[in-house]
Amino acid sequence: MVVNCEEVWREVSNYLDGEVDPTLRVAIEEHVRGCKRCTAVLDGTRNVIQLYGDERMLEVPLGFSQRLHQRLDENMPNNRRSFLGWMVAAAAAVLVVGTLELARSSARGLEMRSEHAQLGTGVPPDLMVVVAEEGKLFHLAACTFIHEKNKTQLRTITAAEASREGYTPCVRCLKKYLTEAACSSHNSTLSS
Amino acid sequence: MPERMISLEPPAQRSTEIVNEANLIRRVRDGEHELFYELIRPYERRVYAAAFAILRNEADAEDVAQEALLKAFKHIRQFRAEARFSTWLIQITVNEARMRRRKAHASIMEPIADRQDEEGNYTPRDFADWREIPSETLERNEIRQKLAEALAKLGQIYREVFVLRDMQHLSIGETAKALGISTASVKTRLLRARLMLRDLLAPGLGGAWNMTGKLSFVKGTKPW
Repeated sequence: MVVNCEEVWREVSNYLDGEVDPTLRVAIEEHVRGCKRCTAVLDGTRNVIQLYGDERMLEVPLGFSQRLHQRLDENMPNNRRSFLGWMVAAAAAVLVVGTLELARSSARGLEMRSEHAQLGTGVPPDLMVVVAEEGKLFHLAACTFIHEKNKTQLRTITAAEASREGYTPCVRCLKKYLTEAACSSHNSTLSS
Repeated sequence: MPERMISLEPPAQRSTEIVNEANLIRRVRDGEHELFYELIRPYERRVYAAAFAILRNEADAEDVAQEALLKAFKHIRQFRAEARFSTWLIQITVNEARMRRRKAHASIMEPIADRQDEEGNYTPRDFADWREIPSETLERNEIRQKLAEALAKLGQIYREVFVLRDMQHLSIGETAKALGISTASVKTRLLRARLMLRDLLAPGLGGAWNMTGKLSFVKGTKPW
């Protein structure tokens, strides 16, 4: 199967979402390897998805959460948020901040490749992952968010080794582990 | 294997997640109202972002986000477990935001992109070579601002799909359900949104990056 540039542009979104069949996937990859224009379109589109997919793009106005909770408070029937409740919440917040600070200080021993990186706590340490020499993230081998240009300098190592070297997990291909970690942390907060 | 297929959660983990959330929902229904704060905490920003994608105004988006979450609390008994709670919240938010927008519709001028033929193919305009953009770039306020400006230039129908799918990481099916459109429409709009944003952000085109003059670049160079 052979595809032209227009077909690649039409399918670039589906390709990045893993929504094309294996035959078309191979044809697209073969075409992109020999086409600078399509490489630019694919890389650029992938960059757009990565940039906007970052949590930092979901900004809320300052004080949003407080105002929201205040509005909910005002409208909740039989409001149980007593003074004691607020004290407990405040104490919990202090504990959470303290724990985070402790975690950050214990992570300082590692030199992260990105100063904004967070350690991936939910990724199995023995999971085989791929890192690019110039990259900052570690990925599953089939992740479409590994940059084509870096693929010549890829290494396969365990997630633990990748973390030790300062790589952080790709939020796309390793999402399920990160979600799991976030979920269990959420639950432990609830049960405490 | 395609990336999206890898990110699908195993059935066991998914069901654990559902049980935990369902347990919380049940307790809120049974009168432990204060647990509602815990229930919505992971989704507060997403609800605001969904409202903002439609309204493009901070004050309105905040008000609608509050309304939507209040409505979710009042109608939590109507939540059916076959959908994810987050998708249900986004659906309520989208409806609230659309209603608010309809009321103020006369005064809103839609960007040109809304009038483009949705079914027509979109041809990329810029073929400059891209290299990986470091995530640190997003620490710069002006870069986030430029990304937000580019997003605001998209037509409503493209922005809604892009925000739900690529910023909130809803699946194609969930996005379709939240917006009340077909999955085919989601895919078509998503393709156009992604390619339009790529063109808007490509330097050297006189696009969003050059609007304030603070980030003007020589044609063909990259801002990162």
